[in-house]
Amino acid sequence: MSSVSTPSAPEVKHGDEHGHDHPSEKTYIKIALILVVLTATEVATYPAEDVLGSLVTPLLLVLMVIKFWYVAAFFMHLKFDTKLFSSVFVAGVVTGLAVYIATLSTFEFFA
Amino acid sequence: MAETTLAASAGYDTEHHTGEHATATGISNTKLGMWVFLGSECMLFGGLISTYLLYKDRVPEGGISPRDIYDIYFTSASSFVLLMSSLTMVLALAAVQRADYSRLKLWLFTTALLGSTFIAGQIYEFTAFTREGLGFTTNIFGSAFYTLTGFHGVHVTIGIVMLLSVLILAIRGKITVEKAETVEIVGLYWHFVDIVWILIFTIIYLIP
Repeated sequence: MSSVSTPSAPEVKHGDEHGHDHPSEKTYIKIALILVVLTATEVATYPAEDVLGSLVTPLLLVLMVIKFWYVAAFFMHLKFDTKLFSSVFVAGVVTGLAVYIATLSTFEFFA
Repeated sequence: MAETTLAASAGYDTEHHTGEHATATGISNTKLGMWVFLGSECMLFGGLISTYLLYKDRVPEGGISPRDIYDIYFTSASSFVLLMSSLTMVLALAAVQRADYSRLKLWLFTTALLGSTFIAGQIYEFTAFTREGLGFTTNIFGSAFYTLTGFHGVHVTIGIVMLLSVLILAIRGKITVEKAETVEIVGLYWHFVDIVWILIFTIIYLIP
């Protein structure tokens, strides 16, 4: 093995004011396992649609948001990087949602 | 060994000390540029998803509707493959940050391979849908579906090209700890593509 070593603890270390340190490989694998479980839960709603009824859509949306957050926060390091990156990305997401709402409203109310 | 440990735990700081981030904000301009680009991409996909949701139910009587053709289990397997490619991407970043270049090459290659598997699945899906009678111009649902998922597929393909480019640079020894940010920026794009698929998979395929 190489002589390269990794910090033993904690798994996630916060750096200076800009917070540039990233999670350990162990943390990445844990996040991936969580994402797999969440995806499996999503898929499991498909054959259970009749049982879940009107709960299906809100349940799927919640699972989707959790998965989105895990990838953005840990894999894209938004949780550990400077807040400026989060602000830029959130601005894009909010504007994207605004596009969605504006488009649907236009077709609903002015069609 | 201590120096290697330091490099492993602070990819950014290594670059910071070499003066790469001597900017007005103290933040890498390249990284900030990628985040601005990804923010603008949110608007692109926001528009495409909106269009799909508007048109998905506008299917002529007797025409092919979403639920008639979607193979949820096949798409779930594709989603799993793309999700795992995000894991291998962060493992590639972790490898370069601790100067483990053989693992870097392995994980970059694995990520590109998983991305290619996803694209192969999408090509198979498109072919199957076309054989079932849903072409790009069959109805407005088909146009919206192929445009949205096709745009995403093009993004994945561009990501694969970026990954292979970085892999070639790594093989030539041009990706070192000091250049870890290159891998991180390609990773940001790749994870974004994964995030967009998380939205598409739920909104387009799973929500009744």
